[in-house]
Amino acid sequence: MSASRYRIVQSSAASRVAATLGLIVLAALVLAPYWAGRSDLRLLGEILLYLSLASLWNLLAGYAGLVSVGQQAFVGLGGYALFGLTIFGGLNPIVAVLAAGVIGGLVAMPVAALIFRLRGAYFAIGTWVMAEVFRLVAAQVSALGGGSGTSLPTAVVQSIADGRDAREATSYWLALAMAVLVLAVIYAVLRSRKGLALTAIRDNELAARSLGIDIWRTKFTIYVIVGALTAAVGALIFLQKLRISPDAAFSVNDWTAFVIFIVVIGGIGTVEGPIIGVIVFFLLRETLADLGTTYLIILGTFAIGVMLLAPKGLWGMVRARSDIQLFALRRKVVAKLKD
Amino acid sequence: MDWLNAIVQGCLLGGLYALFAAGLSLIFGVMRLVNIAHGDLIVLAAYLGLTVTGALGLHPLMSLLIVIPAMALIGYVLQRGILNRTIGDDLLAPLLVTFGLSVILQNGLLEVFSADPQKMNAGALETASIPVGGITLGVLPVLMFLTAVGVIAGLQWMFYHTALGRAFRATSDNQAIAQLMGLNRAHVFGLAMALALAVTGIAGVFLGIRTSFDPSIGGGRLIFGFEAVIIGGLGNLWGTLLGGIILGVSQAVGAQINPGWQLLAGHIAFLVLLAVRPKGLFPRMDG
Repeated sequence: MSASRYRIVQSSAASRVAATLGLIVLAALVLAPYWAGRSDLRLLGEILLYLSLASLWNLLAGYAGLVSVGQQAFVGLGGYALFGLTIFGGLNPIVAVLAAGVIGGLVAMPVAALIFRLRGAYFAIGTWVMAEVFRLVAAQVSALGGGSGTSLPTAVVQSIADGRDAREATSYWLALAMAVLVLAVIYAVLRSRKGLALTAIRDNELAARSLGIDIWRTKFTIYVIVGALTAAVGALIFLQKLRISPDAAFSVNDWTAFVIFIVVIGGIGTVEGPIIGVIVFFLLRETLADLGTTYLIILGTFAIGVMLLAPKGLWGMVRARSDIQLFALRRKVVAKLKD
Repeated sequence: MDWLNAIVQGCLLGGLYALFAAGLSLIFGVMRLVNIAHGDLIVLAAYLGLTVTGALGLHPLMSLLIVIPAMALIGYVLQRGILNRTIGDDLLAPLLVTFGLSVILQNGLLEVFSADPQKMNAGALETASIPVGGITLGVLPVLMFLTAVGVIAGLQWMFYHTALGRAFRATSDNQAIAQLMGLNRAHVFGLAMALALAVTGIAGVFLGIRTSFDPSIGGGRLIFGFEAVIIGGLGNLWGTLLGGIILGVSQAVGAQINPGWQLLAGHIAFLVLLAVRPKGLFPRMDG
């Protein structure tokens, strides 16, 4: 029974097919500015940004067990960082997006140190308090319009790219690059040692601790990574909107409720879940948006129904039947047949 | 004198926050459930009060006779119908389901009552005041504060001196054994939620008399209640009252310094206390 007779594989036939298909879809998305109209391109950009937010929230809640209802804190922080850095710092907007990510990560550290003192559901509401603090502070910054907000100056907007079409295409490509980056980071984290620790924590925190995993540090690292990337996504969201106000930037409905619904409907704790969820969410939105508030009532009911009847979401239902996995994350021990 | 006045008014406002928090504290104590829709249920109670006063021409305080039983009934049905299915080791399910409820309630209220701010008219009660020393106490804030003290004393008595309270404490300590002793867990939880929402009914009606309200303000009320619970210490009802008072005073003092800092001062007081005393001032149970 020597160890060399066994090896560990992470990929499967399904994951290799999915990777190929994924590359084809990615190529089509890269070329989108050449085949999609302006409104379709905007919608695609929005979908990609929501995919990023949902995947990040899923990493936080589904893997690290940090159920936050306050990620709007980082979305808003990123947005305000973009506006502050471009208007007062004179930074190029694209550089400012990266800087917003760095700021998000730096801010996430003291925030984590404080709210990690709260457990479980109280942690969740603690994150919301944090977001409220950020919103109220933003409303006090009169240089950025105080409570009523401000628009991105024309000079800054023009520095993104020349002409409206080029600008919209750049903004879309940035959203696409962000979504790819987010998925790549999540994939890399989950395949690493840290990811293995994370999966262990997700499955049983007590058992994971007894195996010597430093739970606090693992969670802290994830919280900071997610905070940084969420702030960068937030910067991109408001680079697309070109206007920011405290209520829009720190909206619990837009940046947390919808994101949670996406993850829950798609399947929490899987990388595939948010992708499925975001597709379902936008299909529902595009068909039901005319109903206004009724649409949100339907969405809330749908999410409650999924949580009660199929707590693992749509992707969980697929996996219960076929055990398929599109991202090569699970480790399997395979016996070597030849020697 | 302005400062003393701010502190006294803040204390009285703390009574309202304690009313927001008492229901939250009760259901957490009994079933470890944190209800994200709690604030929206407070707003729902305010709208119920508004509808009852409008339809029957009653004084807002008299509307409590209908609002309290109605909220209790909603609580029992909500718990037995939906929330009991989410109770278990998994924290995520109750959190996400109550988040969904919150969105449904908010948009349901928006559909029926529109986004226009509403307010209940309590007539002379709103402006009546008693001069005490150099400051003037509004009758309404004093009434709110005394109600909060009464509600918390009542809950405390119920918890430690009645059969229902014993059932609550038993289920809180160990659900499985309470079940073996012949308690119906689902029913006990239903009653706990009914009681919690009865208190929420009182909080909602007072909220609606004190300030104008609209469907979107639920989240803010949830946060105030939550802060009061954490500051006071989990599972300690008198602590919750003290938490409400600390929050109210911080806000009043903040507003005294700069009107824009009112809410911010309350949140910062909460965060400072969290940093210094993570378990709250007088904790009775672990989170």
